[in-house]
Amino acid sequence: MGRGGGRRRDRLRWSKLYTFSCFRPHGADDGAGPSATGLGGPGFTRVVHCNNPALHRRKPLKYMLNHISTTKYNIITFFPKAIFEQFRRVANLYFLLTAILSLTPVCPFSAVSMIAPLAFVVGLSMIKEGIEDWRRFIQDMKVNNRKVGVHRGDGEFVYRHWEDLCVGDVVKVEKDQFFPADLLLLSSSYEDGICYVETMNLDGETNLKVKRSLEVTLALEDDESFKDFRGVIRCEDPNPSLYTFVGNFEYERQMYSIDPFQILLRDSKLRNTAFIYGVVIFTGHDSKVMQNSTESPSKRSRIEKKMDLIIYILFTVLVLISLISSIGFAVRIKLDLPHWWYLQPQSSNKLDDPSRPALSGIFHLITALILYGYLIPISLYVSIELVKVLQAHFINQDIHMFDEETGNTAQARTSNLNEELGQVHTILSDKTGTLTCNQMDFLKCSVAGVSYGVGSSEVEIAAAKQMASGADDHDIPYKMILALCHTAIPEINEETGAITYEAESPDEGAFLVAAREFGFEFFKRTQSSVFVREKHTSSKGVTEREFKILNLLEFNSKRKRMTVILKDEDDQILLFCKGADSIIFDRLAKNGRVYEPDTNRHLNEYGEAGLRTLALSYRVLEESEYASWNSEFLKAKTAIGPDRELQLERVSDMIERELILVGATAVEDKLQKGVPQCIDRLAQAGLKIWVLTGDKMETAINIGYACSLLRQGMKQICLSIPTGDQVAQDARKAAKESLMLQIANGSQMVKLEKDPDAAFALIIDGKALAFVLEDDMKHMFLNLAIECASVICCRVSPKQKALVTRLVKEGIGQTTLAIGDGANDVGMIQEADIGVGISGVEGMQICYFFYKNIAFGLTIFYFEAFAGFSGQSVYDDWFMLLFNVVLTSLPVISLGVFEQDVSSEICLQFPALYQQGPKNLFFDWYRILGWMGNGLYSSLIIFFLNICIFYDQAIRAGGQTADMAAVGTTMFTCIIWAVNMQIALTMSHFTWIQHVFVWGSIATWYLFILAYGMTLKSRDNYKILLEVLGPAPLYWAATLLVTAACNIPYLIHISYQRSCNPLDHHVIQEIKYLRKDVEDQTMWKRERSKARQKTKIGFTARVDAKIKQIRGKLQKKGPALTIHTVS
Amino acid sequence: MGKMTKRRLGNSVISAFLLIGVIFVPIGLASLSASKEIVELVDRYDTSCVSVADKVGFIQNSKTDKTCTRTLTVPRHMKSPIHIYYQIGDFYQNHRRYVKSRSDKQLRYKEAAHLTKDCEPEGNTADGAPIVPCGLIAWSLFNDTYTVSVNKKAVEVNKKDIAWQSDKNNKFGSNVYPSNFQKGNLIGGAKLNESIPLSEQEDLIVWMRTAALPTFRKLYGRIETDIMENDQLTVVIQNNYNTYSFGGSKALVLSTTSWIGGKNNFIGIAYLTIGGLCIFLAVVFIVLYMIKPRYVMFPRV
Repeated sequence: MGRGGGRRRDRLRWSKLYTFSCFRPHGADDGAGPSATGLGGPGFTRVVHCNNPALHRRKPLKYMLNHISTTKYNIITFFPKAIFEQFRRVANLYFLLTAILSLTPVCPFSAVSMIAPLAFVVGLSMIKEGIEDWRRFIQDMKVNNRKVGVHRGDGEFVYRHWEDLCVGDVVKVEKDQFFPADLLLLSSSYEDGICYVETMNLDGETNLKVKRSLEVTLALEDDESFKDFRGVIRCEDPNPSLYTFVGNFEYERQMYSIDPFQILLRDSKLRNTAFIYGVVIFTGHDSKVMQNSTESPSKRSRIEKKMDLIIYILFTVLVLISLISSIGFAVRIKLDLPHWWYLQPQSSNKLDDPSRPALSGIFHLITALILYGYLIPISLYVSIELVKVLQAHFINQDIHMFDEETGNTAQARTSNLNEELGQVHTILSDKTGTLTCNQMDFLKCSVAGVSYGVGSSEVEIAAAKQMASGADDHDIPYKMILALCHTAIPEINEETGAITYEAESPDEGAFLVAAREFGFEFFKRTQSSVFVREKHTSSKGVTEREFKILNLLEFNSKRKRMTVILKDEDDQILLFCKGADSIIFDRLAKNGRVYEPDTNRHLNEYGEAGLRTLALSYRVLEESEYASWNSEFLKAKTAIGPDRELQLERVSDMIERELILVGATAVEDKLQKGVPQCIDRLAQAGLKIWVLTGDKMETAINIGYACSLLRQGMKQICLSIPTGDQVAQDARKAAKESLMLQIANGSQMVKLEKDPDAAFALIIDGKALAFVLEDDMKHMFLNLAIECASVICCRVSPKQKALVTRLVKEGIGQTTLAIGDGANDVGMIQEADIGVGISGVEGMQICYFFYKNIAFGLTIFYFEAFAGFSGQSVYDDWFMLLFNVVLTSLPVISLGVFEQDVSSEICLQFPALYQQGPKNLFFDWYRILGWMGNGLYSSLIIFFLNICIFYDQAIRAGGQTADMAAVGTTMFTCIIWAVNMQIALTMSHFTWIQHVFVWGSIATWYLFILAYGMTLKSRDNYKILLEVLGPAPLYWAATLLVTAACNIPYLIHISYQRSCNPLDHHVIQEIKYLRKDVEDQTMWKRERSKARQKTKIGFTARVDAKIKQIRGKLQKKGPALTIHTVS
Repeated sequence: MGKMTKRRLGNSVISAFLLIGVIFVPIGLASLSASKEIVELVDRYDTSCVSVADKVGFIQNSKTDKTCTRTLTVPRHMKSPIHIYYQIGDFYQNHRRYVKSRSDKQLRYKEAAHLTKDCEPEGNTADGAPIVPCGLIAWSLFNDTYTVSVNKKAVEVNKKDIAWQSDKNNKFGSNVYPSNFQKGNLIGGAKLNESIPLSEQEDLIVWMRTAALPTFRKLYGRIETDIMENDQLTVVIQNNYNTYSFGGSKALVLSTTSWIGGKNNFIGIAYLTIGGLCIFLAVVFIVLYMIKPRYVMFPRV
């Protein structure tokens, strides 16, 4: 130490102040040779030549550049890969095969009618994929083109793009910049080589973390010094573990071991530090954060999976009827064809050779497979995709999701999963930035047993000012603690002179702001002193006071307290301590407990209100007492070895005693607007909410309270690992066993609970989670978690977030929704099933697709039976081509995009309606089979009614009979009417767009047949509508008859269901329709209250619990009261 | 569940059913009565016209006399025009091999005579000359003829305008003449007069409109005089066409028409059935609402 003699004076050496986190191993690491750590062995092969990136440009040390790419395709691979993606879908593959076969004489249709729809469908999907990937590409470009200072040689730094960084490069990162790659910290603007890092994007934690360089590299303090810098790092291979690092650093012929404290991770941000120098260790996809990113999966929704299943069923039907067809064909070829002289059987080719019926049958099987391909809805995927894109567009345009502050609307990044939004069962939420704004407000305080502050934060501060004016003795330590007991650094805005604070945690910032309002403005920190301006309310004067910092025992999650020891200008030694109430209360002096009862009461109130609380205390130390303690402390601080930390703790504990309680603070970790209401509604809608946060357990629990996920009286089951965090095998085992036991106990507790209103909360921390997520325990854990009303996971790494999400998704088998704001949530979001939903009609949509294709496809099959199974289609090729692509797909798209069963306001009033989605009311097997049955029925009606009507008789007064074209066209007209009427019946929300699409589709058919009839290509359909069918009343009569007959069962179904077995949304629709909500308020309210899911979390549950509690009390008092009144 | 609220709903459903019923029943009645007016005579003659055991041999022998006389009694007054049809059973005009076997271009354009690719095996003659009209459909043209007399008095059968006008004008060329037709070893059906252009060969044009089902009727001609009740109708048939090989049937049909076309009770009955069903359903739902009024309640989900 003490090497940097010529450094600027205002530089702080935190390592001198900090007690716990800045401990630095001294000297060269003698024990940890390559053999000991396994360096050089498998998994630890990386060698980095510092400041010599050229070595890494060629083998064997050629590591990847810092270029990142998250796109699925590039220009060359786009076509093959995207096409491959498309044809991974079985249905598309089938259509590809048919398209290829359509070039052979086996195909019953012309080649173009097979290839065109496929090209259309696949092309559309690919365009969509391409656009989405292009957006990703642009995003990557932005990141790759960020600039950072890189050492070019001779102590000269130039700005280069991130993507050009190479392993071994020395970079200079400036304040508030992101680190471009994983770096080894060499030195910083602070004299002792520490720097502050914000790891929001990695783990969601908002407090700053301290990193420090190795001591040997401290001398590399300016650009010049890197001229001749050489060093070799040997370390682990790229891996996703954010919190570990194994490696050593060979510098000036000495070996130093590197630990995670020297590693700066890509995507974290440099804070509170002017600049740092670092050596690039891992670049691009090798970096830890990129290793953490789970492969962006092609998300497939649950419905899509079910859809596949149905497609398989349809394929089975297809194969079955094709087999029937080909057997029928073979039999007829063998037995009948020789007699059918008009087919000249003697000159048959192998496709229909009566002497080889088996072979012909096999050929015919292919023909039939193509012919009945209309059973498989070719446009299903593309329509669903189109619907999703449009939905995403509407989501993006939704004015209700417009954020006025940022001027942003919602952004649906991928359109794949919209329908799942309606089926969410479990929500996994990040905390910071999602539930909370990451903004702390000093809300309440309890000073000397008096609680201040009632309303919102501004009012608070005004009240606090008032309070400050009537200052009494008790307040002074209170204010001083706020202003002095922290690790923040003031930043003076040069122009305005206003002071902002750079604090490790946002609540410290809030304290300092509050202290300033109280008249204690912290404005300067030097290595050894803290400077405060004290405003005197009486004299209006300002005095600057300097406090010498003697010791700083900083906060960590184990200690749950922070202490500073100061010497004021009067040489009085003061100890200020703030910390969790339980910790502070244990350490109070006898005479320090004056305000304990009151403060305790206040703390409970604050806690119940969801505020973050801290107790404040102080102590005046005698000079001698301090001196003796300090000598012991120094001894502990300079101790070397594993028990150093223990010793330090013990010594700290000695001094943090005999405290005098002055009060408590309550800081609000400000929730995002509407979060409590939202959670309440979600709970009423029957959704489960899990919070996954990188924050520490206390914070997480506080937030749980704030957003009503937790409440008083809820039984909390905390899972954590007992202390002792060696990675040794037996420790692991012990930890696991203890967790097992904890889980078992928890489950037991839940099981034995008799009170039906009892609610449980499960809280687990990241370390425990690591064990719990292992295969042998995860199901136990999940079972317990399902029983609990709310689940909070704290200190979770991004990877763990993803793992938890996967566990929930696979374990419960329900749709999960992940919410998060930061890059650290990406894994979780990718793993989850979702993204936002409009209504549960997607199931309906798909059912409809199957319905219409079955109705259509089967008529082709029936006709075969009448055409000697020869593979002749009764419909013109063009009709078939248009059926899927044009004539029937637009209404169903409009259904998907615009359908709403009840309006959005009503949805909010009836949260339980949401349960229809997760219960999959709209896409269960009954429904699917019902629709398939409907399709079968329609096909029978369409075919046989038409056949009976057009059997052999004249169709017009002129005596002409119907030929195949007339029958086919009439049947097709009936199909178009029937399926479009069907979808019109299923729509409950008609806008002009639906009208245009439904009636437009029917009109399009007539227009098409008119136009098509004008061309000679149409063969027997030439002028069919104008000349043949149009003037025939029978044609129109048949259309009306068949359309009605096809839809009557559905009409009966809906009228029966509505009258005898209504679904919730039907009732609401009716009430709304009859305007009962206006006329009959009480009924409306009653329906609303019934429509709530019984819930154990959320604001409503809290109110209910409170009511119950009060009632319980009243009942206890009850008898006494009656006696009283009687007497 | 607390108090329940009485509520009558489903008016829209009931009125939908009633509406369908009210519309369908009259349509049904109208078409049924139209169908009832139509007089139709069907005479299957294929079996009775061949008395020998080897029917196929008989029909394939070009030497035999195939004249056959049928006498029918008209049950009711038949108003002109009376349409004459031939009806063939079990003849797969809708067979894919058959349907494909034609060349539309060749039928229309004189210069497209060589486009016989789709017509195999009836595309070209043995020496490679294109057959016009080519293909199996044309080749198997029906060739029975009917001569009708009422009460022994010959009646003219008008064979004009039996085909669709657009077919004559646009699909069969007025400058395309039959050539090489039925000149091969295999003789299928009728021969064509090579001096008449295809656009005027109406029998061929009718035949080329392939039927949808294996049993079909095709227009043969019209009688443009009324036939009275109990008139004796004598039809002299040249029974040339071979339906015996494949066990098919042939029938002669005389029928009047009305606005629904030929005799077609089915559509009327279907309309009446569906209309009746809807009225019945409307009644059922009315009763259902009367005896079991709907309670609105929110089922717990």
